[in-house]
Amino acid sequence: MFELLGIPPQVLFGQLLLGLINGSFYAVLSLGLAVIFGLLNIINFTHGAQYMLGAFGAWMLLNYLGVGYWWAVFIVPPIVGVTGIVLERVLIRRLYHLDHLYGLLLTFGLALIIVGFFRQFFGVSGLPYPPPPLLTGGYNLGFMYLPNSRAWVIAASLIVCLATWFIIEKTRLGAYLRAATENPTMVGAFGINVPLLVTLTYGFGVALAGFAGVLAAPIYAVNPNMGADLIIVVFAVVVIGGMGSILGSILTGFGLGLIEGLTRVFYPEGSAVVIFVIMALVLLVKPAGLFGRSV
Amino acid sequence: MKKMGIVLASTASLLMAGAAYATDVKIGVLNDRSGIYADIAGEGSVIAAQMAVEDFKATDKGINVSIVSADHQNKPDVGSNIARQWYDTENVDVIADVPTSSVALAVNEITKEKNKIFLASGPASSDLTGKACSPNTVHWTYDTWALANGTGSAMVAQGGDSWFFVTADYAFGHALERDTSAVVEASGGKVLGAVRHPFPGQDFSSFLLQAQGSGAKVVGLANAGGDTINAVKQASEFGITQGGQSLAALLMFINDVHALGLEVAQGLVLTSAFYWDRNDQTREFSARFQERNAGQKPSMIEAGVYASVLHYLKAVEAVGNKDATKVMAKMKEMPTEDPLFGKGTIRADGRKLHDMYLFRVKKPDQSKGPWDYFETVATIPADKAFRPLAEGGCPLVK
Repeated sequence: MFELLGIPPQVLFGQLLLGLINGSFYAVLSLGLAVIFGLLNIINFTHGAQYMLGAFGAWMLLNYLGVGYWWAVFIVPPIVGVTGIVLERVLIRRLYHLDHLYGLLLTFGLALIIVGFFRQFFGVSGLPYPPPPLLTGGYNLGFMYLPNSRAWVIAASLIVCLATWFIIEKTRLGAYLRAATENPTMVGAFGINVPLLVTLTYGFGVALAGFAGVLAAPIYAVNPNMGADLIIVVFAVVVIGGMGSILGSILTGFGLGLIEGLTRVFYPEGSAVVIFVIMALVLLVKPAGLFGRSV
Repeated sequence: MKKMGIVLASTASLLMAGAAYATDVKIGVLNDRSGIYADIAGEGSVIAAQMAVEDFKATDKGINVSIVSADHQNKPDVGSNIARQWYDTENVDVIADVPTSSVALAVNEITKEKNKIFLASGPASSDLTGKACSPNTVHWTYDTWALANGTGSAMVAQGGDSWFFVTADYAFGHALERDTSAVVEASGGKVLGAVRHPFPGQDFSSFLLQAQGSGAKVVGLANAGGDTINAVKQASEFGITQGGQSLAALLMFINDVHALGLEVAQGLVLTSAFYWDRNDQTREFSARFQERNAGQKPSMIEAGVYASVLHYLKAVEAVGNKDATKVMAKMKEMPTEDPLFGKGTIRADGRKLHDMYLFRVKKPDQSKGPWDYFETVATIPADKAFRPLAEGGCPLVK
């Protein structure tokens, strides 16, 4: 049996697959951020809290209303999206004409408030969310045991990422969106309701975060801090991929998941920083990110 | 009116003791109030300290106690700054709790430098009474050696003689891995490997997969709080136990079991210094505590804060003032007695001695409801529960 750098191949394949699964979360979350930044020019620091809302939404549906996971996958993201729309309408839209920094401060403050509120009511230890029967168990792939829940995460996030990319790059609605990013005044002059478009886009980006939260509920502990830990990494992913680049954020999300997975085999202590090291290197060489256009 | 009471009380004690006068004592409860350890310590520890002051009837005894609290965010630099500020400018006499060993080791040094008192209930590292021991610190509730000794020996005795560790990459995790490895090897088992995960972590699948691949009979989780919860949850997802390996959560709190649910946590063996449902006294305290702490039963850390503050106040009363050297000498001289840990003693190296318990998490059908989670497997007597004085390498006892 051959070995690669002292690691048996089956271990390596297993870790690569796990990296891809973590990459799925990065991809869905950074996609939402990229969509929002691309169109609204808002650095949405509330994204982690909205991801947490998705997981709590699934938990509340199950515990208060007895609604199971599969329904939650469809019900929760739109609800979280609507909470995003309310935030956009009431607060965020007032900052469009100001510097990025104001939007960042506002969304960061909102995130602290939302997380603090949940911490007060639910504590930090988290809440149990039993996986639905279909997601328990798994398959032995020979090189690793793949739980159904993780296989589902990869499949679901790939579908969502590709669908989002398709809508934005290949449909008429997507064309309006991209045009509104380039020149909102001109697009408005053609009779398209740009403010509505912007609001809905924000809602959609937030719904993506909620979706990732629902995916995470049966896997990770459902707790108020779950997003805060993840969001910093996701921001690094967005910066590496290029702010606002849709395809870039998807590819970088999966790619960095893989790299992080490999680091966990060769130097586990470094797995928390490897993404930031890459971010620093990329910023040195390509300040606009791997897939970004320089402005 | 309250002041009048103090005056009367102190006059009374003056008449009785001859030399006593009202003493102002300030206790600082320093812990994680927002992160992964906030539920096992956090506000609950502040409540426990308040309850100790109330139950002791401190004001009646001429001791005016005020309690302050702060969030060290599990960061040694943040914790050190707060400790210095408390001691230097806010006249804090005692710092209590301080989970997160890396922070506790820093506070341990500062307390020694300032000659104050540190009642360590939250931290686990056995170095606090070993090579880093201090004449100003009492390590109250538990330590990594006691956890390793309890859970480690029990697992080896059940046939788990080969181990792989999943370890939190900081002082606490390293100490727990080291102490457990020593116990495993001393009982004839062997350690096949270890992986150190960033603290705090979220995804443990890579590390668990490495543990699975090692073929070890026991996967030892040398981490705590939210990390343990996530690791246990994901171990169940990846079929670790179904594959024939056993999971040893080396530090597990009742709050963690509550968060996991019995379906996932059942069968885990854990070592603890305290369980609310052990006798009438622990039940009575826990019921009062639960009412004040948003329905949560006390963790062993919160119980330790209560008991250590109580013992400190008894020593202040006995000495008649708050001179740190005298009070600490008194604390070590007097046997301890409180409703939560029973009778005990404090050793020269600062180690508090009491019985430890080996518990098993109940199956869902054995549990009568929320918080009814543990069944007792064994009681480890105080003289066997902690590292022998001579083996710790504490310079104070040479």
